[in-house]
Amino acid sequence: MATGATLTATRARAAKARAPLVTMAGLRGVAARIVPPLVVLAGFLLLWEVLCSSPTAGLPPPSRVVTEAWDIIVDPFYDNGGTDKGLFWHIAASLKRVALGFSLAVIAGVMLGTLVGQSDWAMRGLDPIFQVLRTIPPLAWLPLSLAAFRDGQPSAIFVIFITSIWPIIINTAVGIRNIPQDYRNVAAVIRLNPIEFFYKVMLPSAAPYIFTGLRIGVGLSWLAIVAAEMLIGGVGIGFFIWDAWNSSHISEIIVALVYVGLIGFVLDRLVAGLGVLVTRGTSAA
Amino acid sequence: MAHLSLSQVGITFRRGGTTSEVLRDVNFDIAKGEFVSIIGHSGCGKSTVLNIVAGLLKASTGGVLLDGREVNAPGPDRAVVFQNHSLLPWLTVRENVALAVDKVSKGKKSRVQRAEWIEHNLALVNMMHAADKRPAEISGGMKQRVGIARALAMEPTVLLMDEPFGALDALTRAHLQDQLMEIQTRLRNTVIMITHDVDEAVLLSDRIVMMTNGPSATIGEILPVPLARPRRRLDLVEDATYVHARAAVLEFLYARHARPALAA
Repeated sequence: MATGATLTATRARAAKARAPLVTMAGLRGVAARIVPPLVVLAGFLLLWEVLCSSPTAGLPPPSRVVTEAWDIIVDPFYDNGGTDKGLFWHIAASLKRVALGFSLAVIAGVMLGTLVGQSDWAMRGLDPIFQVLRTIPPLAWLPLSLAAFRDGQPSAIFVIFITSIWPIIINTAVGIRNIPQDYRNVAAVIRLNPIEFFYKVMLPSAAPYIFTGLRIGVGLSWLAIVAAEMLIGGVGIGFFIWDAWNSSHISEIIVALVYVGLIGFVLDRLVAGLGVLVTRGTSAA
Repeated sequence: MAHLSLSQVGITFRRGGTTSEVLRDVNFDIAKGEFVSIIGHSGCGKSTVLNIVAGLLKASTGGVLLDGREVNAPGPDRAVVFQNHSLLPWLTVRENVALAVDKVSKGKKSRVQRAEWIEHNLALVNMMHAADKRPAEISGGMKQRVGIARALAMEPTVLLMDEPFGALDALTRAHLQDQLMEIQTRLRNTVIMITHDVDEAVLLSDRIVMMTNGPSATIGEILPVPLARPRRRLDLVEDATYVHARAAVLEFLYARHARPALAA
């Protein structure tokens, strides 16, 4: 089966090398992928415009969203001090929190996942606790972390950390458990020490599983940060949305949501892309 | 004193409440430079013997001595060629060999010497042309050649091969057997090879260890193969010694120790 897949891959590569850069068929392929979502999007905007155009409608139609929120759309970089900043700065602040919390979760999650995957004792001891803790909603941790850290910034980071760590731990543990005995035998014969074994065999072998966990984790962190920032205040996209609601700037909320959605999508694709890059060899096995 | 000796080796596995004795009283000695095959029906524990010599399994009774020292852990002095090649799929062919060489000969060879040694061993199995390919991109026979290069590159005292050609088609297998004999003429390694192929055993071995069926499998008979080297496949087809040895192994496997399931 592996040989068959390789053959197909080689043939596909050969075909790509021979073909000119832009072909009619290629353009048609791109169009086939881009046209349907554009058509659906246009239809959706039209429906929205029609439904919300009456003066009694609760939400503004897209045309009014654009005119009302024009300032923040065209200039995401303004900075009037305090929390009166452009969307770029709010998003940057949120991304910084996610980056920090998520990075800590990756390090701790992979370590703990390895421990649980490698040792039966750790598995029996820790797994039931993890299974209970992972069902706690992210925001439920916020009061506790505020009490512990007495500051909004580290509390938000902790919420990101605790939200994204569970899928990383669980997927890493599954990946470690699935390392073929053959790889362990090879490592034993050449006498890799535990640290070399971790870096040279465990991590690459479990990488496809780990990246599944990372992808779920980064999605959850982005979900959690908006809610956490609404509560802790300061600069951040969550606070921006809450602030806009308090000042009844519904159009600004809609613009912010579009940004939140697009950035969540980009984060997911980034981690997925990184995973494809890193696990090229492993998943082809 | 024998180079490698197994004495009173036995192993019993416990799973849940049931115990099963897989091997009992396995005794044999191997001289330096000798090529020994272990043959038997599947499930008779021949791979278990190899894994005990490799140190991957611990014998319940008896023990293995290599140059007078007891074997109790795996190590590069007993490099293994695994049945399913066991190359790491995320590394290229060269990196797979390098992983072993860099670990095993660190401190003994300089970086340049190690790089040369890696190339030397890839050339030995004719794999230089695919050195930068990943295992998924090469054929089964090629993977097994890389597995052999990796094991040889560790400069083992004893080379252990666990049905190295078992998963290959007959033509590829013959080709690799010829290559292995050629390498063996040059390096004169001590080799233990597990096989279930009678022709392979007779063609390659100085002695053939024939195992009885499990449970409690042990050595039934040890057959010397007094054929001169280099051996050529075509010349041997009608050679009296070859035909006789082949008949003896077949007789052992199918007349005296036929698989119980088949005999019943």
